[in-house]
Amino acid sequence: MKKSIKKVSFTIDGKKCTAEEGMNLVEAAEQNGVFIPTLCHLKSVIPSGSCRLCTIKSNGRFMTACTSKVQEGIAVENDTDEISDFRKLILESLFVTGNHYCPSCEKSGKCTLQALSYSYRIMAPRFPFIFEEKEVDASSPKIYLERNRCVLCKRCVRTIKNKDGKNYFAIEGRGYKAKIILDPVLAMQMTDEEALTAMNNCPVGCILKKEIGFEEPIGNRKYDTAEIGSELTIVKD
Amino acid sequence: MSKPIIATTSLAGCFGCHMSILDIDDRILELIELVDFNKSPVTDIKKFTKPIDIGIIEGGCCNSENVHILKYFRDNCRILVSLGECAIMGGLPAMRNNIPIEECLKEAYLDGPSTYNPEGILPNDEELPILLNKVYPCHEVVKVDYFLPGCPPRADLIWDALLALATGQELKLEYDSFKYD
Repeated sequence: MKKSIKKVSFTIDGKKCTAEEGMNLVEAAEQNGVFIPTLCHLKSVIPSGSCRLCTIKSNGRFMTACTSKVQEGIAVENDTDEISDFRKLILESLFVTGNHYCPSCEKSGKCTLQALSYSYRIMAPRFPFIFEEKEVDASSPKIYLERNRCVLCKRCVRTIKNKDGKNYFAIEGRGYKAKIILDPVLAMQMTDEEALTAMNNCPVGCILKKEIGFEEPIGNRKYDTAEIGSELTIVKD
Repeated sequence: MSKPIIATTSLAGCFGCHMSILDIDDRILELIELVDFNKSPVTDIKKFTKPIDIGIIEGGCCNSENVHILKYFRDNCRILVSLGECAIMGGLPAMRNNIPIEECLKEAYLDGPSTYNPEGILPNDEELPILLNKVYPCHEVVKVDYFLPGCPPRADLIWDALLALATGQELKLEYDSFKYD
């Protein structure tokens, strides 16, 4: 017998929403036409809660929406000044800890970090720039690892595996020494398709497939005219 | 009330932001009805001749002269605006920030593939400004009041911002003209 799926109702910023019980809040919100910004979360991938950008308030407590499950009757705050400022703070800190030169980046115009910063209209970070030295790894035949732009979201670690289920990517080191690394042996066998998925899953311009940079002209790129999350808010009542 | 006075300068920038100011096209005729220009590459006035209301800075600080000019602007301008990525975060010149200055100078004046410098002279005249250890965003050197991002900032953004500053109206940041590249 098929187990019936229980529906629960809850609110986001006062708006009545319904979703299946146990669904994570980012996806539940999306079903109800509410955009919760994320950098590290990917649909149908186990959430890691590493970027903290999807921070919301659930019944008055700060939570990351990607790792929180929807429950009956919870009151979620998403689009408030307090939360917006918190998210801006995270985005600004990413801009000063990495070396994000948007004008010369292949991912500019389709970068999630940039698109979210556009949404929040970040003019300049409130923190001083660090300009930390980061190493670029171009040793793989298929991709570049541009660590200056890495935000350590672990999307590549979690999603890009070879046919035997082995990880191509991993995080080496901890804290401020943490960096993304690529298995040098597996990298030699990486297929074009895997390289392309790795690039597309990367929310910033850290993983780049070789030989296809700057393909789309300015004006035609994903976020040139369409604000991130706008495809959801169109159905907003 | 007299018209607000604008001054502009380019520090470690490529003049692209100034070109973008000119990209407001025929609205420049409207602009000169609203404001007066003082020291600026557009007018070729070299020194401030009166107190300035709005100072616009293109480019970050890569040498001692940039810092001098920036402080000169801060001392004489009521409102200071960072225009473009270089002024806001150092921009492309800041890509040298992780390379020792000695290496940069060697690459530019000694080892570059198209360099002809048989005597191996590095620029060292005392008239020349001294390079800073890093390229700094303007707001890390002086207080900056407003930021207009873009490389270059879109002409529409510059126009909207100048209009807001000159008339005192609130600036509505349009998505289409708010870009970092």
